[in-house]
Amino acid sequence: MKNPFVMECGNYKTRYDKDMAIFSTKRVKVRMLTLTLLAFLFPLLADSYIIGLATLCAIASIGAIGLNILTGFTGQISIGVGAFLGVGGYTSAILTSTLGWSFWIALPVAGIVTASVGALFGIPSLRLKGLYLAIATLAAQFIILFVISRWTGVTGGTSGMVLQRPSIGSFSLMSASSYYYLCLMILLFTIVYSLNIFRSRTGRAFLAVRDRDVAAQIMGINLFTYKVLSFAISSFFVGVAGALLAHYTMIVSPELYSITVSIQYLAMILVGGLGSILGAVLGAIFITLLPVGLGMFVDQFAVYMPDMQNTLAAFQELAFGAAIILFLIFEPGGLAHIWSNIKNYFKLWPFSY
Amino acid sequence: MSILEVENVSIQFGGVKALDDVSYKLEKGEIFSLIGPNGAGKTSMLNCISGLYKPASGSIRFKGQEIIGMKPYKRTSLGIARAFQNIALFEHMSVLDNLKLGRHVKMKAGLFSSGLYWGAAEKEEVNHRHSVEQVIEFLEMQDIRHTPVGTLPYGLKKRVEVGRALALEPEVILLDEPMAGMNSSEKEDMARFILDMHELNGITVFLIEHDMGVIMDLSDKIAVLDFGKRIGFGTPEEIQENPDVIKAYLGEQEVTT
Repeated sequence: MKNPFVMECGNYKTRYDKDMAIFSTKRVKVRMLTLTLLAFLFPLLADSYIIGLATLCAIASIGAIGLNILTGFTGQISIGVGAFLGVGGYTSAILTSTLGWSFWIALPVAGIVTASVGALFGIPSLRLKGLYLAIATLAAQFIILFVISRWTGVTGGTSGMVLQRPSIGSFSLMSASSYYYLCLMILLFTIVYSLNIFRSRTGRAFLAVRDRDVAAQIMGINLFTYKVLSFAISSFFVGVAGALLAHYTMIVSPELYSITVSIQYLAMILVGGLGSILGAVLGAIFITLLPVGLGMFVDQFAVYMPDMQNTLAAFQELAFGAAIILFLIFEPGGLAHIWSNIKNYFKLWPFSY
Repeated sequence: MSILEVENVSIQFGGVKALDDVSYKLEKGEIFSLIGPNGAGKTSMLNCISGLYKPASGSIRFKGQEIIGMKPYKRTSLGIARAFQNIALFEHMSVLDNLKLGRHVKMKAGLFSSGLYWGAAEKEEVNHRHSVEQVIEFLEMQDIRHTPVGTLPYGLKKRVEVGRALALEPEVILLDEPMAGMNSSEKEDMARFILDMHELNGITVFLIEHDMGVIMDLSDKIAVLDFGKRIGFGTPEEIQENPDVIKAYLGEQEVTT
């Protein structure tokens, strides 16, 4: 039995399909399977608060992967994620609560509706780049929120709408762990789908558009089609995340989808690592759990210094900002890069060269 | 029949005539060179052929079909490939992925089949991998196939650039100064690759280069540009004796009495 903790070396392939597999060696496959199993088994041991946090992490991961497809992989910056989450959430709310559709149909429809809205707002991306596109997507954010809060007849205006948890037959996914499993399954599908996309034709075209759009054109890539396609597929996942979030919190209202949410999602992919699926997941977990961790820290600390509680609460916001800035300065590659550095270190361990 | 015919093409930027009534023809299976001093309009000419610029007048025909007004990405699927002068590779991707991108128009997988990566999509990836590996072998890049292009040295980047154009299996390949900034042994390698792709695969080569030795050795036909005007067209021997060309390159002899 070889040492299970060392990385494999001298791994040679004799077939192209083996060389292009997502998980290249048996050991990596076993590791991934273990990780998935752990994700499935842990609700048996944790309490519902922890499971709730894990659910939020899973939902945020789906959204962050969506945003990363657009911003990290295709290089089209978007500040409209918050509103796109809202489109997904409201679509599902209207379909299930007002029209009485089943959640299982409303969820993909929410994704498709958000994809169409995303594609529509992606059309300017052919002419606009960088900061200009950022401002255009910012407009999307405000236009969508304006429509949501003013179209009272359909969306309930500023008071929002109430949703139900989905059910299979007579079994409602009311418990924390059952809804967690649903989100986890969808997250796994999202991960596999996007990993596949980026090792085949469509994903390569996205990357080409990001790296050199002129050269991409000469390679036979229709810039317009692929930019809009990227907006659509990205918004699809954001929309699905929005619908899942809406059915989790069981309420939708305009202030849940403000620009702060957009910034938070951008922070996720920046901290996690632009252009990395793993990074999006790690970043989503990090940004979701950071305020919780900081809050716990402040509560602990406040026991010793009760009069400092308000100051410490403000410190929490500060630490959040500081974490993002520190990441941008010291590790622009994000958490995904840190992880690959650790892996590379142990590839040669204990020899440093 | 000529594979590429350029007829009376003109284009101007502001008051500058970058190309002024330029015409020439490429016969199928020849190595054609476009030369001229810096700023003569050589790269502008390529941009007109690959569709980045739209000429103000004139016509460019590929196998008899007018291509002016056709979108750049459509010209690629006709079989016109191009390697850029100032390397325009996809820096964060591996050599392999860059070459596969060269085959983009030959592949079919869309959003759904790519995402599922099952059956047809996987088979397609493997089949095209075979073709890409042939290019890798041809250009002797086996040891760097998984390396991100951004980390490669200049000479190899140039080679990947040519490889990406070759991966398309084009009928005409447009090479914009493939040997610029190379040392003599790298130039020799590149010259060998150009001759091989021409002889083994029957690719028509459109070459822009400054090294006169290379040009005269490789080319079947040469056209010379100076300030956007075609001042010479013919075989290397004819060009070497053309008084206008000598004047453009060496200047006029002062008349001394």
